[in-house]
Amino acid sequence: MSTTTLAAHQDNADGHREASPAQPRRVGGGLLDPKQLWTSLPSAVRKLDPRTLWHNPVMLIVEIGAAFTTVLAITDPSTFGWLITVWLWLTVIFANLAEAVAEGRGKAQAAALRRAKTETVARRLVGWQAGQPVETATVETIPAPRLAQHDLVVVDAGEFVPGDGDIVEGIASVDESAITGESAPVIRESGGDRSSVTGGTKVLSDRIVVRITQKPGESFIDRMIALVEGANRRKTPNEIALNILLAALTVIFLLAVATLQPLAIYSKAQQPALPDSSTLTGDGITGMVLASLLVCLIPTTIGALLSAIGIAGMDRLVQRNVLAMSGRAVEAAGDVNTLLLDKTGTITLGNRQASAFLAVDGVSGAELADAAQLSSLADETPEGRSVVVFAKEHHGLRERTPGELRHATFVHFTAQTRMSGVDLAAEPGTTGARQVRKGAASAVTRWVREQGGQVPAQLGEIVDGISASGGTPLVVGDVIEGPAGSVARVLGVIQLKDVVKSGMRERFDAMRRMGIRTVMITGDNPLTAKAIADEAGVDDFLAEATPEDKLALIRKEQAGGNLVAMTGDGTNDAPALAQADVGVAMNTGTSAAKEAGNMVDLDSNPTKLIEIVEIGKQLLITRGALTTFSIANDVAKYFAIIPAMFAGVYTGLDRLNIMRLASPESAILSAVIFNALVIVALIPLALRGVRYTPASASKLLSRNLYIYGLGGIVVPFIGIKIIDLLVQFIPGVG
Amino acid sequence: MSTSTAGILVVLLLVAALVVTYRPFGDYMYRVYTSEKHLPAERAIYRLTGVNPNVGQRWTVYARSVLAFSLVSVLFLYLMQRVQEHLPWNLGFSGVSPALAWNTAVSFTTNTNWQAYSGESTMSHVTQMTGLAVQNFASAAVGIAVAIAVVRGFARRRAPVATGPGSMDGVVGTGDEIGNFWVDLTRTIVRILLPICVLGAIVLIAGGAIQNLHGNHVVSTVAGGKQAITGGPVASQEIIKELGTNGGGFYNVNSAHPFENPAAWTNLFEIYLLLMIGFSLPRTFGRLVGDKRQGLAIVAAMALIALGSLAVNMAFQAAHHGTVPEAVGAATEGTDARFGVANSAVFATATTLTSTGAVNSFHDSYTSLGGASLLFNMMLGEVAPGGTGSGLYGMLVLAVVTVFVAGLMIGRTPEYIGKKIGAREMKFASLYFLTTPIIVLLGTGVAMAMPGQRAGMLNGGAHGLSEVLYAFTSAGNNNGSAFAGITVNTTWYNTALGLAMMFGRFLPLIFVLGLSGSLARQAPVPVTAGTLPTHRPQFVGMLAGVTLIIVALTFFPALALGPFAEGIH
Repeated sequence: MSTTTLAAHQDNADGHREASPAQPRRVGGGLLDPKQLWTSLPSAVRKLDPRTLWHNPVMLIVEIGAAFTTVLAITDPSTFGWLITVWLWLTVIFANLAEAVAEGRGKAQAAALRRAKTETVARRLVGWQAGQPVETATVETIPAPRLAQHDLVVVDAGEFVPGDGDIVEGIASVDESAITGESAPVIRESGGDRSSVTGGTKVLSDRIVVRITQKPGESFIDRMIALVEGANRRKTPNEIALNILLAALTVIFLLAVATLQPLAIYSKAQQPALPDSSTLTGDGITGMVLASLLVCLIPTTIGALLSAIGIAGMDRLVQRNVLAMSGRAVEAAGDVNTLLLDKTGTITLGNRQASAFLAVDGVSGAELADAAQLSSLADETPEGRSVVVFAKEHHGLRERTPGELRHATFVHFTAQTRMSGVDLAAEPGTTGARQVRKGAASAVTRWVREQGGQVPAQLGEIVDGISASGGTPLVVGDVIEGPAGSVARVLGVIQLKDVVKSGMRERFDAMRRMGIRTVMITGDNPLTAKAIADEAGVDDFLAEATPEDKLALIRKEQAGGNLVAMTGDGTNDAPALAQADVGVAMNTGTSAAKEAGNMVDLDSNPTKLIEIVEIGKQLLITRGALTTFSIANDVAKYFAIIPAMFAGVYTGLDRLNIMRLASPESAILSAVIFNALVIVALIPLALRGVRYTPASASKLLSRNLYIYGLGGIVVPFIGIKIIDLLVQFIPGVG
Repeated sequence: MSTSTAGILVVLLLVAALVVTYRPFGDYMYRVYTSEKHLPAERAIYRLTGVNPNVGQRWTVYARSVLAFSLVSVLFLYLMQRVQEHLPWNLGFSGVSPALAWNTAVSFTTNTNWQAYSGESTMSHVTQMTGLAVQNFASAAVGIAVAIAVVRGFARRRAPVATGPGSMDGVVGTGDEIGNFWVDLTRTIVRILLPICVLGAIVLIAGGAIQNLHGNHVVSTVAGGKQAITGGPVASQEIIKELGTNGGGFYNVNSAHPFENPAAWTNLFEIYLLLMIGFSLPRTFGRLVGDKRQGLAIVAAMALIALGSLAVNMAFQAAHHGTVPEAVGAATEGTDARFGVANSAVFATATTLTSTGAVNSFHDSYTSLGGASLLFNMMLGEVAPGGTGSGLYGMLVLAVVTVFVAGLMIGRTPEYIGKKIGAREMKFASLYFLTTPIIVLLGTGVAMAMPGQRAGMLNGGAHGLSEVLYAFTSAGNNNGSAFAGITVNTTWYNTALGLAMMFGRFLPLIFVLGLSGSLARQAPVPVTAGTLPTHRPQFVGMLAGVTLIIVALTFFPALALGPFAEGIH
């Protein structure tokens, strides 16, 4: 991964978290707009089709129950019967509503993307070779959808890029707001890691030649639309496992209810003198009550919300501008044990900064600061700027503009000299011309020696000390022409240090509590890497890392049973991205990287990996919490329905009516209504996800057990009682 | 001594004895199943049966071996009962009727030991000794063998290396083997059950249990009546009946018979025996998975449920309705005066919490809610500590379900002992915990729907329903104790309960071996701070809670119409 890419995007990346909710295209922080419930209603009704409901066995059973009670209500009409029937149907509709609302949010985003997918015309180059002037090539105009892979197209300022591809020639500023929602244009250029362009984005300046990499109809936007719409949403492994548990519970309750009938008939027959009641007759429990009991017992709450939770989880990623190619990847994110983080841009700010001037003996601090500043005046690299800033802040040196110095010739950094600086010509007629240089220790000392100067032994100590502490030493030297010839000196050393982003240590501590090991990846030497790793608080580091090292590290972690997440953007990251369990490609990266990863971060912010992990965990926690809640609810429902059914036969069972519900009818109706309403009440939670704060497994479990386990037992007692207080006034119920 | 003081003393003594046994006995069993050496006797058995003890079995092969062995056992036992009149020491008893022979054969092979007959008036000495007693050993050993195989699925930590026979990774094979059934079976009998039984039987004989081959002695009683006193090889059968959590008594009144259970101290000894293996196996589990704390957590959950259940049972037995119990201070009906209410409650709770089903008191006479607690013990699937082996694997399945729900709540794909609980594992676990409730509910429902079977009920009302529910709960969970009160020696009940026992034993056994096979294939996941700790009190509490809630939700309606209807006033 190249330093420049990350550095260039640093500001954008850090500013993003605050800026995100304000961006116009995004649905606000996962909250439910009540209007959505209304607009999703038609879709919810359409989902009553048993062929659609087939995928959700729990709700299918509720629907069968509702259909059954409808028949009963028609053949033997009663207020109680019709109320039960209506509420059973409402239960199914509420469940469908949850899914429809979750899907609706995705659809809104898909619609915005579709608008960006304007039909464009491509100008295809025929027989063009790289390096050849584009003007001389043959250009044919074809509709964009007909472009094939490896076609070359030319795109001028003001035109839309006709398809996904890599720039093979030219540099351009591109408006990618259609995809990222970010209005500031970005630079895309041939070669390197910023060469990819996306179909549907607009070239604002200059001309580029693009090699199309997508297959027709499989553009990035097409995939995004499919993803946010959940078009080919498949159940994730964990969802399947949970479904098995829910199915098993459903079967148990189905059986508990079905086998209750002969027991009830027997019990009633034992007391033939008792008159039939609305719940229990000589033929056993009435169908209406049996259906109600069944619906109340099977895990409808989680069954209704399960798919909404999954869709909303993907959606929360989209809201953070991350596209997950599959739900499986999101789930894997929650399981990650090892995070590979690139040092530059993720852990440290993109560039090193001057942190000290260390003068050699015989040179004053002010003298060194002055020389350091002089040599950096024209140095526009972040490091150079930081030297000038440091000189001003710590040595009170006023910043001089290059024009202020007459007779100054600035020497720019080159890979050959590995130095930069300034040549100050002497005032005409005098001596005192001066050359100031700063650069790598070896380069500057060689230069000083060549000019006849001595290099003090002390320098080596300073340089080694800085290296050992993880800094980068830049040596400053000068040559002054005097009357007795020129004198070359080493003045001292500028210490450059990586600046660890604020708050990283806390985040890594939080990760550790969650059981996630963080590994810093850097091209630095081991000494430097260790120093930064210690300062940032990561668990481990990989120094002088090559793409092969990265891949090997991932394989090693995986062999130990760990799940690994990483970010990457370069083509050479592609193998590692593909190997990682969660590979997040930066949108700025190459097509190869985006192809290899299973997520794309449109903001190209590598720090986001941490948020992705949290969203993955939140998704699972929400499922677990609502499952627990759903099962715990059954306790109260039994206490409502069992006495309602049998207190007539065995008066002692009325003591189980601890809620003191008004009548058998009101008790059963209240339980059914509660069961339906709790689905609606939990839709916002399903969409938003259960609150997640990084903590140890034990703490998380305790907290969720109290809220959703204990709460799941207590809440329905209160809820059913309140509903009963209201419905008992309905004639024929109370 | 008041009832409650006596009860508390008995319980303390029992707990102390079990705590003392836990480590050495658990460790001993660990060594038995990891040892690389075969005893000469074992080698002889392998040679005779043509078994290669150094070959590992995948779960499918293991399950097939268990089923084949059990099928042969059922057939053998069935035939022996049918032809017992032609065998020596038949005491003049004729062959057993087909339905009863089927029921009894299945009953003893499945470690249920439901008895639709009176031992002293139906079974010859040969049938008792070479048929029933042999199955007492075999069925107990099958349970332990399967439990060990299941634990191996959790424990498998690395690719297979052929280092030696019978050891964890010692079996030769491809990596997902879970042991060798024939080796596990043989070692269980030779190294664990037989030595303890020989010693234990001597202790029982010393206590007054009989051991002879006499027939009936007819004596004149003080009142001038005639009484037939049946002798027989009682002690040898009694010891394995308890140790192997079988429960099939030599006599009809089971452990209330003075020849089976002569004194108060033998009563305590018998309770200890029937809990001994069940409460020590978690230690073996902990050792096998390389984390003793995991074993401690499982045993803690078992103990929590057991002590809770005992407290509830005793409370109901002491707090009583009705004239007689209120007058004498406890529900003494149906209890043996030698043991008293407290000792009887401990025995009854222990026998229903394990798959023993031996009784020293008449469960039908318990207070409605006291009886409900016994019923509930069995409905738990007998996991606290449960039958030999079956209790451990039942609890492990519940642990898997608990871990699944809990694991989701901490935001990770659930894992237990380093193995991920995915769709395949949940499929097997769900099938496991579905099976017995289905059998119990269906059986009870069908019986109550059939006028002919209702006619077999001697009691009406809620109590009659409790009796039928108890019968199917006992059979489906392989307990074998009876509430009595129904005529079960009919073709219908013998067949239906036989089926309940068979499916209740072998379906879960197949599913749990499948779970083990699925786990064995997995490479373990490393433990991190994000891993749900499954050795802390938090998990123990949750495991006990999940167990209770799942069972309570499943059986609440049936219990409401049975014991609750009768007992709540």
